[in-house]
This record gives sequence, structure tokens and C-alpha cells, in this order.
Amino acid sequence: MNVQSPVGADTWSVAGRSFTSRLIVGTGKYKDFEQNAAAVEASGAQIVTVAVRRVNVSDPKQPMLVDYIDPKKITYLPNTAGCFTAEEAIRTLRLAREAGGWDLVKLEVLGEAKTLYPDMRETLRATETLANEGFKPMVYCVDDPIAAKQLEEAGAVAIMPLGAPIGSGLGIQNLVTIRLIVEGAKVPVLVDAGVGTASDAAVAMELGCDGVLMNTAIAEAKDPVMMARAMKLAVESGRLAYLSGRMAKRKYADPSSPLAGLI
Amino acid sequence: MINGEHRRVPPGTSLAQLIAEVGLDPQRVAVERNLEIVPRSTFGQVMVEDGDAYEIVHFVGGG
Repeated sequence: MNVQSPVGADTWSVAGRSFTSRLIVGTGKYKDFEQNAAAVEASGAQIVTVAVRRVNVSDPKQPMLVDYIDPKKITYLPNTAGCFTAEEAIRTLRLAREAGGWDLVKLEVLGEAKTLYPDMRETLRATETLANEGFKPMVYCVDDPIAAKQLEEAGAVAIMPLGAPIGSGLGIQNLVTIRLIVEGAKVPVLVDAGVGTASDAAVAMELGCDGVLMNTAIAEAKDPVMMARAMKLAVESGRLAYLSGRMAKRKYADPSSPLAGLI
Repeated sequence: MINGEHRRVPPGTSLAQLIAEVGLDPQRVAVERNLEIVPRSTFGQVMVEDGDAYEIVHFVGGG
């Protein structure tokens, strides 16, 4: 990584695709499609997560997400939200691949509704199957460096540990484990879930993460479009701070003005 | 059955015709027939049979 390079040249790659934006945003919980599209625009995101659901057969002409966010310009990352077994998640992503033609997918297999914590046994099993079927799974997981390694070995193209429970906005709870995952991974690491405000996103990037994925922090802000811009700036500033190499921490004060020549 | 709802179609209806009759754009959906993915390129050849269960899905907002 060339530390001197301007931020515009600072790209990251997943499964052979390069992106300049390190912010991935969700498309759920918005007031309407217009607000959603405006927030995506303000965030600068090049990837959005989407869910796979039944079409409404009784009202097939209602507006669709693709009318507002163009999948030719923004990469759709289909997710498996709401799946509690490997089989459900794999079935969902097979449909997603047929609907969109994309093999880059977000796998999440949930363990329980209360915490939405991932079920890592099922997640690992699904990762292996998906990788064998040619998918490129970006995998939502616990903030556990050993589990992250196992996912990578199973074929995950990106590791996406939670910072805090989905939709909680509590910020990154365990800086140590996120850092250990980043240090150990050979694939991109993105904090997925738990970001509440801009500083949380900056913290993730300062730890060396390749990116951040969020939905609720933007969608549930009083002004989602403004928060989307705040998140864009936070991700960029956190990235720059990481690349800059922060100063060492000291236990005591160290004056910034010279001591020599004092009157 | 389409997405859990019963539907009657005349004999000899293709999947492409069924999708058109429902009012959907085939480019925007994916179809599963009796738990097997149906490739979009074959919608015209697949004939709807008695007792078939279809899931027709698309992308919606999600995190």
C-alpha cells in the first residue's frame, strides 16, 4: 500500500472486482425508494445489499427497488437475511444468482431472533457449499479470529464480523478481536453491523478494516441523506488515519511548543 | 401454487406465459419450480404441470 497515494487511488478488491468506496450500505428501513436512492448517492457507495423476497403476485406493478437504484451502476449484493439454516441461505442465494446473474453474495445465517447473532456452525457449512458451487460469499460472522480463519479456509471472499448486534447502533464493542481478524486475514475484512454513528465507522477503518457495511445507522437517522454523507466522510477519514500511521500513545503530557528560548 | 397461492392455468401453458399472465417482467425475477431453479433462458420451454409449486422472487430493500 502506497501511503503517499491520494485517497482517490486507494482501491480495494473483492473476488476480482475493484471498488473505490469502502462503504457498503443497506437498502432496508427507508421511508421510501426516493430517500433510499438519495442516501445511496450521498454515501458514495458502489455496493448495496438487497434482500430476496417473493414478488407480490396480486400487485405485480408496484414500484421496485431496481427502478430507483440501477443495478448496472451500483453492485447489488444479495443477502440471506432472515435465514436460520444453511439450506435456507443456500436456496435463497441460488435464486439471487438466477435473478441477478451475480455470484458475489452476502451470506448470513442467524442463530436466534433476539440477538440476530450468527450461527457459526451453519454459516461455515453454507460457506463451504456456496464456494463449491462457484459463489463468492462475503460472510457475516462473529468477531472471532479463529472463526474468521475457518471461514476464509472454507472459501469466504470477505470476512464481515459484527461490531455489535444488527440494528443496535452500539458501535464496535471489541476493538481487540476486530484488529486480530484484520491482522490474520488474507481476504478483505469489513465490519458489518453495529455502527451507530460516524465515529463508529471511523474506528472500524482506523483498525485497518477494508470497509464498513451499514444500514440502520443511515436509514434511522433523522436525516438519512445527511448521515449517509457523514458516513462517507468518516470511512474516508478513518482510512486516511489508518494509512497515515497514528502517533504513539503516551502516559503523560508532551509539550508541542519548544521549551528552548522560554522567556 | 405460486408463492403459496393457488392458481389455475389452462393446459399447455408455458412458464413464460404464466409469468406474463401474472404481469411480471421475466428479466427481474428468478423462479424456483418444485425446489429447483429454472434458468431464465428456459422459461419458454418449461410447461406448467398440475401440482407444480413455484416460487417467484425479486430483489427488495434489505440490510
